[in-house]
Amino acid sequence: MFESPFAMREKDFAAIQVIIDGLVEETGARGVLVIDRVGQLLSRTGRMEEFDTTSLASLAAGCVAATGGLARLLGEDDFPSHFHQGESGSLYISRVDERGILIVFFDRASSLGLVRLRARKGSAALAHVFEEAQKENEARVSPDHSAFANITDEEIDNLFSD
Amino acid sequence: MSFINYAAREINCKIVYYGPGLCGKTTNLQYVYQKTNPDLKGKMISLATETERTLFFDFLPLALGEIRGFKARFHLYTVPGQVFYDASRKLILKGVDGAVFVADSQPAREEANIESLENLQSNLVEHGLELSSLPWVMQYNKRDLPDAMPVEEMRKLLNPTGVPEFSACATSGEGVFETLKGVAKGVLSSLRKLGV
Repeated sequence: MFESPFAMREKDFAAIQVIIDGLVEETGARGVLVIDRVGQLLSRTGRMEEFDTTSLASLAAGCVAATGGLARLLGEDDFPSHFHQGESGSLYISRVDERGILIVFFDRASSLGLVRLRARKGSAALAHVFEEAQKENEARVSPDHSAFANITDEEIDNLFSD
Repeated sequence: MSFINYAAREINCKIVYYGPGLCGKTTNLQYVYQKTNPDLKGKMISLATETERTLFFDFLPLALGEIRGFKARFHLYTVPGQVFYDASRKLILKGVDGAVFVADSQPAREEANIESLENLQSNLVEHGLELSSLPWVMQYNKRDLPDAMPVEEMRKLLNPTGVPEFSACATSGEGVFETLKGVAKGVLSSLRKLGV
């Protein structure tokens, strides 16, 4: 069976933005990203302009997938969070329910303990947003409300016109 | 699992290039990367060994254009083809929306092609998916080789159900974009059927 698409609306993004803006403010982190488990960037905040966040999202999702694989090999369900320490910048990555991943990029202006503490709270709040979006998705999956149900072959072909 | 962002008016889909070791999966992505307008592509990431064999995955984000006012973004991934990287292949299939099976046309790789296709099927099952319900296409690669197996023979072995198929030579680029268009079309058509 092909998996149903997951749709998020403006209000979901607004709710995510409030959570991650708060996380940056509370921790002094340089930036925060929320991505899905497949590696698609959902939202970001902070001073992340200089970074390629599309690649960052894909690699972080790969990292979470590989870490989860390691956990299962060792008889654990998952290692839900992990930490990568650099010389000046560090990454804290944690799973948000089954759908999302929270990434906090911080430097010496913050600390791992503070980031971990606040990220735990942020993850729980994000999980709630995902859950609500999921409920709406389930209620909405009906051709009558679809943005894509009536796409024609011609429209698909036009995407590829050079 | 495709992701529809109604706030940014974007639709994101994940396409995975699968196939036996050295069949040309990375070469497909490299060609797409080289020939795509810089405005439409992101950076190509290759997690490879020192000998240029894929270790975890290659990743290439592409923006194809707009459909119904939504930007269509495709994330292309390859899997490592070598048999012993099976755990990594399983992980990369998570959330796949469409697949390209890159078959190697050399007669010596006949068995490896079959094994890899069976491996794709069994790894999809672990994600609760079935190949028969996933949009996917077959690419017969390395058609330029003098000893390439006849396409009819490869079809009988690898594509008995008749999914869209393409002959290619990924090093010269022949058939590469046709393959990509084929799978992208399959993915978008499946969204239409699901009606989100």
